[in-house]
Amino acid sequence: MQDLNKRFVERDRNWHPPAYAPGYKTSVPRSPQQALVSMQQPSVSELSGPDFRHLRMGPHDNDLLLNFREDPSLSGAAGLPVGERIIMFGRVVDQFGKPVPHTLVEMWQANAGGRYRHKNDRYLAPLDPGFGGVGRTLTDEQGWYRFRTIKPGPYPWPNDPNSWRPSHIHVSVMGPSISTRLITQMYFEGDPLIPLCPIVHTLKDPDAVETMIGHLDMARSKPMDCLAYRFDLVVRGELQTYFENQ
Amino acid sequence: MLRETASQTAGPYVHIGLALASAGNPTRDEEIWNEMAKPEAEGEHIEVVGTVIDGNGDLVRDAFLEAWQADANGVYQPEFDLEKPFNSFGRTATTFDHGSEWSLKTIKPGQVTHPNGRPMAPHINLAIFARGINIQLQTRLYFEDEREANAACPVLSRIESPTRRQTLIAKREEVDGKVRYRFDIKLQGEGETVFFDF
Repeated sequence: MQDLNKRFVERDRNWHPPAYAPGYKTSVPRSPQQALVSMQQPSVSELSGPDFRHLRMGPHDNDLLLNFREDPSLSGAAGLPVGERIIMFGRVVDQFGKPVPHTLVEMWQANAGGRYRHKNDRYLAPLDPGFGGVGRTLTDEQGWYRFRTIKPGPYPWPNDPNSWRPSHIHVSVMGPSISTRLITQMYFEGDPLIPLCPIVHTLKDPDAVETMIGHLDMARSKPMDCLAYRFDLVVRGELQTYFENQ
Repeated sequence: MLRETASQTAGPYVHIGLALASAGNPTRDEEIWNEMAKPEAEGEHIEVVGTVIDGNGDLVRDAFLEAWQADANGVYQPEFDLEKPFNSFGRTATTFDHGSEWSLKTIKPGQVTHPNGRPMAPHINLAIFARGINIQLQTRLYFEDEREANAACPVLSRIESPTRRQTLIAKREEVDGKVRYRFDIKLQGEGETVFFDF
């Protein structure tokens, strides 16, 4: 069944970062100069999207403390990554507050020293033999997701002479269709690097920046084990259309 | 009404999260990747390849792409399952290896109906993410050998400039008896690919 009786709330492209944001230098040659062509009437091609409930995940796909452990039979602290142990969790809802169940949430990040496990990352901070930096999960019936990881470190990058990314976790969410597809970054509440970052500054509205902040949640932390950060994701709202073509 | 979570660039290391093999990292048992059609899938088997080029004419060697297309009968198959012969969804990437081309192994999609009742020409929806791209760019790939359907496509015809429509047409090539379509994406400048808002 291809349900055409729906549409998604229009994306506010003044809220999102513009393509061309010269403070973030790589956007200069990678931003279109022509206007986007708006589809006044999206079709099933835009209104549908993949459902990942049949993707077979591993038992530790959402647990970055364990999913790169060289020897899974190790017990105790052996082979665990170095860094601040945290739970990152939250809820995926749409703009009307409706939970988005069974949707794919993926994340990737640097290690505690700000080094990515990627062959192009040549930052001198070392790799952590116990840390890969990638996770994925599906939201539950109520739209909740959860990862366990270590808090990533900031890292320098060649933008301004002395630019540093704030600690961040890249977050990818599919939502109910390719129209809701979103990739963002979670920053950590109170990080003084946030207001200095040219990538954060691609957003004009401070309220939009606020949507990317993960908040410390002591109630969800685990005493003597790990802290917790809550990061809710809001995807475009889904509406039913009743009077199309009449 | 709540505001949508703001988009940010996928950054230079998107591959470690969403394209593990191309980052040179170990993969999990099941990955979402670029083999959308297995040999037994119904339809005309094709490969779709291309590069991503920036406003200076240079190759973008760290792009990540997602594809969404109908099956050979023009029906979307939302249920992603690697055991099925065909999946409507796929991912690919350009890297510093392999000539910096992305590639999808798929089948040629059938026609899908537009809400106005007219058929749209066969197409693949593509989203492009990369360092320097603050919110994904959404485009459509059409096929050079579908001239009649392309001319009648209600979405292609919405593009005011006929010259710009051509940026969405993949070129057919035959390589070792296999059909391949080439679709180079130009992010900016002369021959800039059409990107959509929907």
